[in-house]
Amino acid sequence: MSNPTDGVTHFNQPLLKTPFHNRARALSQNDSFVAWAGYTTVDVFTSPEQEYFAVRNTTGVYDLTPMIKYRITGKGALRFLNHLVTRDVSKLKVNRVIYTVWCNDDGHILDDGTLFRLGEDEYWLCCAERQYDWLLDSAIGFDVAVEEVTEQVAALAVQGPTSCWTLKQLGMSGIENLKPFEVGRFQVEGVDVMASRTGFTGDLGYEIWMPPEKAEFIWDRLMEAGRTRLIRPIGSQALNAVRIEAGFLMPHFDFVSAESTIRLGRDRSPLELGLDWLVDFKKGHFNGRRALVAEQKRGVTRKLVGLDIDGNKPAHSALLYTDKSGQTEVGFVTSAMWSPTCKRNIALAMVNAPFFSVGSEVWAEIYLNRELLWERRMVKATVVEKPFFAPERRRLTPPADR
Amino acid sequence: MSAASGNSKRYDVIVVGAGHNGLVAACYMQRSGLNVLVLERNDYIGGAAVSRSLYPEFTYSNCSYVCSLLRPEIMRQLELPKFGLQVIPYEGGCTMMHDGNHFALYDNHDALRREISRHSKRDAEAYDRYARDVMRQCKFIKPLLLREPPDPTSFKIRDIQELLYIGKRFHNMGEKRMYDTIRFWTMSAADFLDEYFESEIVKAHYAGSSIIGTALGPRSPGTAYVLLHHYMGDIDDTVGAWGFARGGMGAVSKALGASFEASGGTIRAGAGVSKFLVRNERAVGVALSDGEELYANTIMSNMDVKRTFLESMDASDLPSEFVEQVRKFKIRGSSGKLNIALDGLPEFPAIPKGAPCIRGDMHVTDTIDMMERAYDDWKAGRWSQAPYIDMLMPSQIDPTMAPNGKHYMSVFTQYCPYELADGPWTPEKKQGFANSVIETIARQSPNFKSLILHAEVRTPFDIEREVGLTEGNIFQGELTMDQLLFNRPVPGYAQYRAPVRGLYMCGSSTHPGGGVMGAPGHNAAQAVLRDLKKVA
Amino acid sequence: MQAHYDCIIIGAGHNGLVCGAILARRGKRVLIVEASTSVGGPAATHEFAPGFRASTAHLMHLMPRSLITALGLEQHGLQFAANGMATTSLSPSGNHLLLTPESVAAASPVDAEAYPAFLTRMTRLAGALRPMLASVPPRLGTDAWSDRIALLKLGWQIRRLGRKDMRELLRIIGMNAYDLCTDYLKAPLLQGALAFDATLGGNLGPRAPGTVLPWLVRLAMQGADGNVGLAQPVGGMGGLSDALARAAKAAGAEVRTGVRVDRVLVADDRVTGVVLSSGESYLAPVVVSNADPKTTFIDLLGPEHLDTEFVRRVDRARSKGVVAKLHLALDRLPAFANLPESALRGRLLLAPSLTYVERAFDAPKYGEYSAAPAMEITVPTVNDPSLAPAGSHVLSAVVECAAYDLRAGWTEQRDAYQALLIDQLEGLAPGLRSSVRAAELLTPVDLEARYGNRGGHWHHADLALDQFYFVRPVAGAAQYSTPVAGLFLCGAATHPGGGVAGENGRLAAQAVLAKAV
Repeated sequence: MSNPTDGVTHFNQPLLKTPFHNRARALSQNDSFVAWAGYTTVDVFTSPEQEYFAVRNTTGVYDLTPMIKYRITGKGALRFLNHLVTRDVSKLKVNRVIYTVWCNDDGHILDDGTLFRLGEDEYWLCCAERQYDWLLDSAIGFDVAVEEVTEQVAALAVQGPTSCWTLKQLGMSGIENLKPFEVGRFQVEGVDVMASRTGFTGDLGYEIWMPPEKAEFIWDRLMEAGRTRLIRPIGSQALNAVRIEAGFLMPHFDFVSAESTIRLGRDRSPLELGLDWLVDFKKGHFNGRRALVAEQKRGVTRKLVGLDIDGNKPAHSALLYTDKSGQTEVGFVTSAMWSPTCKRNIALAMVNAPFFSVGSEVWAEIYLNRELLWERRMVKATVVEKPFFAPERRRLTPPADR
Repeated sequence: MSAASGNSKRYDVIVVGAGHNGLVAACYMQRSGLNVLVLERNDYIGGAAVSRSLYPEFTYSNCSYVCSLLRPEIMRQLELPKFGLQVIPYEGGCTMMHDGNHFALYDNHDALRREISRHSKRDAEAYDRYARDVMRQCKFIKPLLLREPPDPTSFKIRDIQELLYIGKRFHNMGEKRMYDTIRFWTMSAADFLDEYFESEIVKAHYAGSSIIGTALGPRSPGTAYVLLHHYMGDIDDTVGAWGFARGGMGAVSKALGASFEASGGTIRAGAGVSKFLVRNERAVGVALSDGEELYANTIMSNMDVKRTFLESMDASDLPSEFVEQVRKFKIRGSSGKLNIALDGLPEFPAIPKGAPCIRGDMHVTDTIDMMERAYDDWKAGRWSQAPYIDMLMPSQIDPTMAPNGKHYMSVFTQYCPYELADGPWTPEKKQGFANSVIETIARQSPNFKSLILHAEVRTPFDIEREVGLTEGNIFQGELTMDQLLFNRPVPGYAQYRAPVRGLYMCGSSTHPGGGVMGAPGHNAAQAVLRDLKKVA
Repeated sequence: MQAHYDCIIIGAGHNGLVCGAILARRGKRVLIVEASTSVGGPAATHEFAPGFRASTAHLMHLMPRSLITALGLEQHGLQFAANGMATTSLSPSGNHLLLTPESVAAASPVDAEAYPAFLTRMTRLAGALRPMLASVPPRLGTDAWSDRIALLKLGWQIRRLGRKDMRELLRIIGMNAYDLCTDYLKAPLLQGALAFDATLGGNLGPRAPGTVLPWLVRLAMQGADGNVGLAQPVGGMGGLSDALARAAKAAGAEVRTGVRVDRVLVADDRVTGVVLSSGESYLAPVVVSNADPKTTFIDLLGPEHLDTEFVRRVDRARSKGVVAKLHLALDRLPAFANLPESALRGRLLLAPSLTYVERAFDAPKYGEYSAAPAMEITVPTVNDPSLAPAGSHVLSAVVECAAYDLRAGWTEQRDAYQALLIDQLEGLAPGLRSSVRAAELLTPVDLEARYGNRGGHWHHADLALDQFYFVRPVAGAAQYSTPVAGLFLCGAATHPGGGVAGENGRLAAQAVLAKAV
């Protein structure tokens, strides 16, 4: 007799494996994995530095499968999405992608992500947080179907100056014509692969989407295609470094989803995160609009900014002060790193008014552990423009081969 | 326990009843320099927090069975770990369904998400919203547990300050969450869960905690807030807030007793109080059932309010309106309990092999409707035909509870009336009740019945007789809106002080109510100490 | 060419009419549109069999005298066929109890003193709620002084009761009717009748905490100065609605029946008018909806103008009804066993005990109808023979409880249910069955279809603590205004709740005048 409970083993293995898992494990010298959105993924393959430079110098490959993907279809899909997100979706053409955020009723960010228009009435929403519940409640009264397709699609980010060349080697001819935020369909030895010129690195790069059962095949072909140009898989540490240079936000670090905050005041609005450019007040009503209009009128009291910090010690979790005495707090660092490419000590930080304007000076309190001796340093930091790194090649179409 | 030595000694305080709240209160008062005597009717201390050996080599937590809300502040201040209390967390929990499926809770968030999504993909993601909202309410309520409720009719500075404190906490939630809060505290568990979940089994599992010990069904308004009990531990940031006291629930009482005696307090077991003595409108002492009289300036009752005021005092010593209010206080027996010694670990085919949820609280139900029907049976004065059960096998985790390979099972059951519609409890009826519970388990466990070595069956009637809880109500009074906060136990007397000077209440009949939480005892002790100017 | 108004009211139920009449009297150009061909919604009089007329909402008892006077309803034709109607609690054994202190004293000596004292005390406690029921609920947590003052006033009203009464009010406000009855009263017929009134229309039986509240609300509204008590307008409840419509028209409002609103027009985040299903549109900066919140927000306005958490609250608001309505055309006066004919001038309650009422409420929990229903029965033709051909009579019964989403299906079950109800009445009034010429049964599903309120709820939404005052019908729309500027609510789902009270309409008008026009 079959039992409804047969085959249930998730209590032993709570984390899923992506279709690239076996390949990734084989190449993972450090055996260093982390949990991401319910999957186990590689944190570091060999060394974060080498992986970082693959993205900035040749091609880095990142397993994107755990990214949460929702497929949204139906006659009311456009209306639904235009109501859901802050940007004007009616301007999004078929086979184009936008980066956007979406908010709760208070105008606080639930998540950021990319919205793909794949057909007249077919969209994909790719994001970090699970929000099926939010999407379904948002769909009340709309003629729309929302389906989570995370496990039905395998995805790789192929990023770096030689990424276009590599994909051409893979047989994806014509990829060079793909403009930033454009989607194209390709075949690799008979396998359908969708590619979008998108990424989380601030560099030239693509994300390729394929059926899970073809994942290993594409991986193998891709690694072979890029072998001579030193293609290498990268883990989440390297990705985190390149995204900070690019000024991209990481949920749970640079903001918390308003759907998960327990304490009052921990939510962030897009205006506070410096994402004003994503908010289209003219398109008609969208979720959180009334609250955002009011906030815009009031003006924000804090803002996420870029910091250029003296010295070369990353200001992880540093509190920020008005002056060196460290008496008056004005904010805190959310992400920090020494940028190997820019040769700057950079950070993203939440800073209170009026210190968030570009050129403002604040002081960061940095703790250093030197062979178990802790030192506290007060270091000057300057509010600067983001992104910290934005090479021309990321926009060039067709891109150079190297 | 120290030998009887009370006769010669003069005490500052006599605490009647060595339940956990009586002991907590006694500890605090003794540690503040008062000389405290605790009197206990039974030969053992603990009241409903006891470990009993009712079958050779087995230890039963035969009343309360989990350590859930025991305040970490109390454990720390009274040094209970030093006196032997160890709380071991249990692992998740589950509800078994009649079709052979199940729903399990796991500590691991991803395992839990995948488990919920077996039943509903949507619910798996709605769960985070649910947990968030309940946690928000926990944060709001937690500091109120160890505070004396203000009297809203009073103009005393302290009452006004306390009202303002609550008002400010409420106001600080912001407009939207204030409305959420109003609804959370007045909704039924079923309606509240409907706002998040669509799967019947997911709703039924979570609704379980809302009906434990109460004469309400999951559709009764005012049951939603009980759902926060499961999150209280998380908000405490204390690992293992929900768990087994190593050695059974008696270990809580034992540690409290040891802590109390170590600070110089005296316990007399086997000394039942028959009457509170009042002279000149002041409580002066107690009379024991053997006629002995003991005197002290301060008397504190750990018994429920009905036993304290209606059975152990002369009505003429109390304001008649107060007596009337106490009469109206609702203490309803609605729970039964089976304590079972098992010859081995029962099999539960609905649960996957190796799943840790078997080491947590296990339930049998399919839907909230089934639980509600169980309640309808109680309303009609009969035990539930398909009872809701909350069963645990502490011996899987705590090696002290049973011989190796054998298991002690605690089966708490909703609903079981104190009074049956068809006349008083008889041994046959009691067996009938037991059978309905055993059969419910046996349907999920083919070898269960063959493993039973001994079973202790306790109806509300038995619980009243042995533990002294009126109607066998485990919370010393219904936890309904009309009996909470400043209404608990009765309006105007929610501050642990009885209408007679020198007499205090510290049982679960007082704010914040039942569960082995210790908060009423703590708060009552603070009231005494404030009155005696021992603290600010 | 589109017509322009200051204010358009969707739905000519009594609240829509009251709201429209008040706004028109304040000089606003008002248009009231009604999908049905007559005004009044459930408070209309309809012919359910040739020559036999009945009202779905069959009694008037909550409308304040001040409103009747202010709108000049009597000048506009409102007449009472009966007022101050008595209540009789029916006993299956024939020992019926007329609910007056004298009869109660005679029938149940233990309640002789307790009953009048109880009524006096409860009326006093309920009185403290009256200002709260007669004003727009304040918002919490705002910086507005008006909100703070309203909250302080509310606190003051309760404090003014004095310590003892205040304590009792704070105890019972969240309590269940069952315990309130047993705390104070002994006679089962008395307890049952009280429990019936406390639970009427809602989903919760008398054992459910929070059921004292609707009863206190009812008591507070009935207890207002000069209240007509239980009353029956001449011509049925249509008599009231027609008077309301005449009052509105006399004040300059336009009332158009037989026109259905398709959607509310919005531009630049504010309301601009309505489009009818005919395609015609009317423009106005203010639209007041007498429809229930789900219909108003999801169907008429559209969720694209709202935010998700708000829509979620609207979606989850409990609005499934458990009340059915039975109208019988009788060829003679029903003869209730052991009941003086004079009792038929009042209302009869079939709610012989707390347990009986509680059990009636068990059925809809499981998608069933109660086999032993509780009922509020009137024979309106006794007071107003014009409602039926000479010598014939109408029996009108509010029946509890029957699930909206009946598991066995209403199409399949309606005949069986109707037969059950008639059997039940036959048991009380032998010979009644043979006098039935025609019958009309309105199940919750029929009520929904006829009156357009989603879920067919008697009060559009459960009146319970979690759907009361600050959060009625939902947080964000509890002040009659809505998230969309210019859109207001005035239906029974708003504060203070259901029943033909007109307060919702009056307060909505007040909110409109304060905010919009």
